[in-house]
Amino acid sequence: MLYSEKVMDHFTNPRNVGTMENADGVGEVGNAKCGDIMKIFLKIDNDIITDVKFSTFGCGSAIASSSMATEMIKGKPLSQALELTNKAVVEALDGLPAHKLHCSVLAEEAVKAAIKDYYDKNGIEYDHEKFAQHHDCEHCGE
Amino acid sequence: MNKIYVDNAATTKMSKTAINAMLMHLEEDYGNPSSLHMVGQLANESMVKAREQIAACIGADPKEIFFTSGGSESDNQALLTAFEWGKRNGKKHIISQKTEHHAILHTLKKLEKQGFEIELLDVDGEGNVTSEQVRSAIHEDTALVTIMAANNEIGTQLPIKEIAAVCKEKGVLFHTDAVQAVGHIPINVKEIGCDMLSLSAHKFHGPKGTGVLYVRKGLMPSCLIEGGAQERGRRAGTENVAGICSMAAAIKEAVDKIPENTPKLIDMRNRLINGLLEIPHTILNGAKSNRLPGNVNVCFEGIEGESLLLLLDAKGICASSGSACTSGSLDPSHVLLAIGRPHEVAHGSLRLTLSEENTVEQIDYIIKSTKEVVEYLRKMSPIWQDLQEGKRKYVIQ
Repeated sequence: MLYSEKVMDHFTNPRNVGTMENADGVGEVGNAKCGDIMKIFLKIDNDIITDVKFSTFGCGSAIASSSMATEMIKGKPLSQALELTNKAVVEALDGLPAHKLHCSVLAEEAVKAAIKDYYDKNGIEYDHEKFAQHHDCEHCGE
Repeated sequence: MNKIYVDNAATTKMSKTAINAMLMHLEEDYGNPSSLHMVGQLANESMVKAREQIAACIGADPKEIFFTSGGSESDNQALLTAFEWGKRNGKKHIISQKTEHHAILHTLKKLEKQGFEIELLDVDGEGNVTSEQVRSAIHEDTALVTIMAANNEIGTQLPIKEIAAVCKEKGVLFHTDAVQAVGHIPINVKEIGCDMLSLSAHKFHGPKGTGVLYVRKGLMPSCLIEGGAQERGRRAGTENVAGICSMAAAIKEAVDKIPENTPKLIDMRNRLINGLLEIPHTILNGAKSNRLPGNVNVCFEGIEGESLLLLLDAKGICASSGSACTSGSLDPSHVLLAIGRPHEVAHGSLRLTLSEENTVEQIDYIIKSTKEVVEYLRKMSPIWQDLQEGKRKYVIQ
């Protein structure tokens, strides 16, 4: 089997799938050309992520990474959600094959992009360095 | 769960005939065909018979059959043969086309590094090249034209007979990778007029690890594997006797059954294509009618192929895709890109390749399941949402 049971579980029964009306923050990362796009929607109350939804175009590990990342930030304060790393997503999924690690990077970036969107919309100051994009593929840099 | 195997272009299930032949020769022909004693000579006799049977199935002379480990080795050896023939004759230009198998394309890259000029012809929207394209590409320096008989991904059959005639007229060698064609459509090397042809046993219900390079009389294949006098010094290594005999049994059975299987396969294939095209924003890849009897390949807009495969697998359907995620590279199938599919559409491809063992009931189940899975994945796809909201334009109408 290519994927762990955890990955297959989050792929076949993804948590928090869907879109959100009037989301407080929306982040979209990836590129259709590369074969994966992740979009994350956040509902934020008093700096707490009270609800989160995702939609993903991509392979099994991209969908599983999105699902796991949304579970990991749901109900958490923004400060904690910003600490989410791709490594933590991979560990929570009991590992991903080496050529699929970029899917977990996308998940981390999608969460950050959504939080950045919330900060931008509300004129909240933030440390720009925390939101650097990785651009680990040739097409995404275009 | 019932398993529905529709990935016959990847490999086929061995037939009972091929398995029985294999077991019999494993038990009885354990000898080394090069040995002079009777055990060795029995194995040798079995191999002689197998060579005759395989030759007869493709219209060749037994002396023109060289056993290899399969399609990739046959392709490598064919190109090496042309490379050395070209060097002897002061020619270093090879013509091929963009949708060839990587066994051809990667080997051509290697020859390019060794000073050959490689020209890959463009294909049209159905994956075809014409003999006229080949004619205008041939020049004084051309050593070889290599064009596949049928494409492994999109099933398009290429006009190899016309291309072979042009090559003959121009005094250029012609090789065809017929790995997907032999045992599925009638193939006769004399009627085609090719100088070399590759075939592989596991594509027609034979065993893996055995194949043939046909090389016409008068042209000697170059040696890829040194170390012995087997295959008249052109391919060293103790022969895979049981595999070879099993391949002979499989090719005979497959070729004999072509007239019976073809109409049945075409009916199932067309039913499957029509059923899948009912899904909105879906397009057929490859030729409409001039395609392999069992090949179906479509692209669904807004979804990615690997997730599609995994969900079909969960429903018992074993298929394949040309998405980047299934190829292990960043780019989707070079074949789909060559016929003009943009990257984002090529990622959403599904290939279903049938065998005569599939049934109409299975076809209907595949159609129903694929409809469900595509709808499910589209619901969670941000691209699909953008398409539906008019924020992005449909590529497939």
